[in-house]
Amino acid sequence: MAEYKWPAAEKRRLIGKRISRIDGPLKVSGKAKYSFDMNRPGMLFGRILRSPYANAKVVSIDISQAEKMPGVKAVKIIQGAGSTILWAGDEIVAVAAVDEPTALDAMRAIKVEYERLPHVVNDEKLATVPDSAKKPAQEKIQGEPDKALAEADVTVEGYYGNAVITHCCLESHGQTVEWTDENNVLIHPSTQGVSVIGNDLAKALEIPAGNVDLKMDFIGGGFGSKFSIDRWGIECAKISKLAGGKPVKIHLERDAELQVAGSRPSMYAKVKVGAKKDGTLTAWESECWGTGGPGGLGTPQLPYMLNLGSGIPNYKAKFINVATNTGPQRAWRAPSHPQMAVITLGALDDLAAALKMDPIQFLLKNADMFAPRTAIYKEELAKAMEMSDWKNTWRPRGEGAPGSTKYSKRGLGVSMHTWGGGGHASNGDVIINPDGSVELKMGTQDLGVGTITILTIVIAETMGLPMDAVKIHLGSNRYPSSGASGGSTTVGGVSAAARRGSVDALTQLFAKIAPMLDAKPEELEAVDGKVRVITNPSKAVAWKEACAKLGSQPITVRGVNKAGDRELTNSGVGGVQIADVSVDIETGIVKMNNFYAVQDCGLVLDLTTTESQVFGAMIMGVTYSLYEEKIMDNATGKMLNPNMEFYKLAGALDIGNFKVHMMTGKGYDERGPIGVGEPPTNSPGAAISNAVANAIGVRVSPIPLTPDKVLAALANRKGGSSNAKI
Amino acid sequence: MQKFEYASPTTIQQAVALLGNEWGTAEVLAGGTDLLALMKDFVVTPKRLVNIKDIKELKGITMSGAGLRLGALVTFEEILDNAQIKQKYPSLWQAVAGVTSPQIRNMGTVGGDLCQRPRCWYYRGGYGLLPKDESGKPLVADGDNRYHAIFGNEGEAKFVNPSSLAPALLTLMAKIKVTGPKGAREISADKFFVTPKAENEREYALAPNEIVTEIVLPSASGVKSATYEVRQKEALDWPLAAASVALKLDGKTVKSAKIALGHVAPVPWSAEAAEKALVGKPINEETAEAAGVAAVADAKALSHNSYKIQLAKVAVKRAILQAAG
Repeated sequence: MAEYKWPAAEKRRLIGKRISRIDGPLKVSGKAKYSFDMNRPGMLFGRILRSPYANAKVVSIDISQAEKMPGVKAVKIIQGAGSTILWAGDEIVAVAAVDEPTALDAMRAIKVEYERLPHVVNDEKLATVPDSAKKPAQEKIQGEPDKALAEADVTVEGYYGNAVITHCCLESHGQTVEWTDENNVLIHPSTQGVSVIGNDLAKALEIPAGNVDLKMDFIGGGFGSKFSIDRWGIECAKISKLAGGKPVKIHLERDAELQVAGSRPSMYAKVKVGAKKDGTLTAWESECWGTGGPGGLGTPQLPYMLNLGSGIPNYKAKFINVATNTGPQRAWRAPSHPQMAVITLGALDDLAAALKMDPIQFLLKNADMFAPRTAIYKEELAKAMEMSDWKNTWRPRGEGAPGSTKYSKRGLGVSMHTWGGGGHASNGDVIINPDGSVELKMGTQDLGVGTITILTIVIAETMGLPMDAVKIHLGSNRYPSSGASGGSTTVGGVSAAARRGSVDALTQLFAKIAPMLDAKPEELEAVDGKVRVITNPSKAVAWKEACAKLGSQPITVRGVNKAGDRELTNSGVGGVQIADVSVDIETGIVKMNNFYAVQDCGLVLDLTTTESQVFGAMIMGVTYSLYEEKIMDNATGKMLNPNMEFYKLAGALDIGNFKVHMMTGKGYDERGPIGVGEPPTNSPGAAISNAVANAIGVRVSPIPLTPDKVLAALANRKGGSSNAKI
Repeated sequence: MQKFEYASPTTIQQAVALLGNEWGTAEVLAGGTDLLALMKDFVVTPKRLVNIKDIKELKGITMSGAGLRLGALVTFEEILDNAQIKQKYPSLWQAVAGVTSPQIRNMGTVGGDLCQRPRCWYYRGGYGLLPKDESGKPLVADGDNRYHAIFGNEGEAKFVNPSSLAPALLTLMAKIKVTGPKGAREISADKFFVTPKAENEREYALAPNEIVTEIVLPSASGVKSATYEVRQKEALDWPLAAASVALKLDGKTVKSAKIALGHVAPVPWSAEAAEKALVGKPINEETAEAAGVAAVADAKALSHNSYKIQLAKVAVKRAILQAAG
């Protein structure tokens, strides 16, 4: 089997350079058509009637009035009498009508009788959560935590946490589905799984997988919430069938999007952590709880990054999973990592403050516990210190960094994080046409992160061509299948497949051309739009001329990356972030000054789109740290802010100045490309929380750090106690 | 959606003739930034929509020695772009600048700002202006009231008045001109807003068939004014508390003061105690702070909004210091 590798640093013409994303102009000019923009001929508008109650039994449903309404083409009960509803907003009945107002009228004409049951929608105050909503506690122990805590020179106790937030995709979940004949379906969904969800739909509709034709050119946000065909996707196809196969469009309204189409679990913890006088971490104890909706959430791995054998030698981590009557969790950029970082790096920051240590020196002191990335973190911490001018800017907790005034206190905070991100399974057909043009067909999607751009870079680099010689076709399940885009697995998978396919296609072309150049195929290279002899570059033929020799038959080669293959990609990255904030101590309002990110992701294919990914993560990070919260009402069981008015998101003036540094070169590049969607979202909550604590001298918890919580923490500090008890 | 009639009169008389005698049967459409969302959510379900944007008399800004006249259809953006208003009525201009959405500033009108409905999430969620659950139990007092009133919240109305301009208009002694079938009348800004006691009442002193036609402000010569909003975000966000002040000085001493708070009560809240605290004093950090303390002396927090008392205090203090320059 052939060996594949990335071009050596000195040979990279495109890889690692600053290249703007190819689809940028299409998006900013409005020419890009998202699935939401799809309006098919004769299309019907679908709506879904949702449960107003968080916990209820459906007693009866009367759809007769709706069915009789002119313009209504289908009414279908999704969850009928006897069904148990576990969250407000769950799907009850789907309708399709000739226009949106009629669909809405039909929906409102449906009568549903419910038997209401008691609900639990909030979990922060664990003592108020009924035992029936708590799953049995789990506990993991390493070493002798009780003894180690008793013997520690310094211990601190604190409370840290994260509210439930939503994904809030700008393009809401949904699709347009039509039956092109009795047995064949065409779907335009908004999905992160072009090669995946068509098969799920086929299964649900009991038709062969090949009968589902799925197309999606652009997606307006997913963040982990669009991996599934979802009940609304299946029901959309079913009501299309009921309506004679006509196209039916269902995209969720904003309120449904925020209520049911994705949430990031909460995670709260009481932590006690201990160290020796010299700063060596010795012990950790945490009681953690959280909710991911009716099913709860996966067990957090606390202490974050420090729960391995090389980590904190003695720890005890207890976790209570709370089931609530809220929309179920979905993966949200690096599931559990941002929450675990807030808890762990927050507690370590409080411990450093109690030790009167600079938190970066404290992390460096304990760097060995962060194995296997100890060396990476040391380099990244040094870089982050330099970028933030830490030595001249950081001040001990509560003293106020330079620029602080009577009412505005400036502070700096640091955090570190990790993520896996090994390349997923991916297949792509690389085609060299006789006219010299090159194509790639791959069943993946560009989530807006640069997939099209990096695939173009990889192929153009491999073939010695300009980028505009390469055309990328994505967004169809008719193309060779590729894994869903999630977990930072995309870039590794698709770039490895494209590299292999390009190398193999080129090898075939060389075999055709070699006799013409009086050389052996392995003596050729493709550079600067030419195929030439490596040892005698003057012996060359222009790329187009070479391809013309193919006659009428293009070269088509399948490039493959198998899941877990680490030849061209890798897993496990590290990052460090430093937040610089100012806190108005009269109003409790936190403003970002500067935000620094240092990130490793192996071989950077495109510096511009990679940095953009990190910027995006930092924007989401600021937003979830300061503003976002899925606010649930105990009385009605409903979300109170299912809108963009009180579900607050940062704007351009709220995020401060960002600076990003990608770790590249020796020690990084040789690992191959690793995805960077997840990792930089992990630290912002901890870095910003720590910066606020540094500014005002007291821990504010949980995030988001809203004015009410900041003022309460300040009041506690003045009263002589703080919730961090240090 | 519910079908409705759409009328587009070109005179004020035609417009008021198209409105009914009961609230809710007809609604007035100006910029539509609030009304359309209310209709889409079925919070209001008018049978008739009266578009007033074609009525020329309702437009235009006029500045004279006597003062300032704003037609009800003047947009926020028109005010923001008006250098004279910025110079002579800074509190009004600053209130407009606090609406940080160009889209809303382009569409939103001054009349609409006064007549927009509360942002209370229970009201917007369909539980009524004085929100109750299906069993009739009030929702706000024991619910999530983090954004609700800290003044005037003893009754059933616990929402906050959402007007951006109201505190500035109160303190600048503005009059709201309105017209109904019986003709025109003038309501002083401090009498324009009322606290509804029943579900079918509104938050302003209009009759159902009256419309706001213009806002008239007396000359602000010699008046130092400012608006300070405590907003968590720079991007579009409702103030958590806001204060406007209008001061007349005698040398360095405050001769008269008008102070009003926004987003803290079902109506814009006149802070008379703060005014009294400031008159006769020079303006400095201590006197401004004392006025802030006086302003919130009677505030009463609900279960989740005590932090707003501090924010209201700070808003008053900072507005005073900002006005003094």
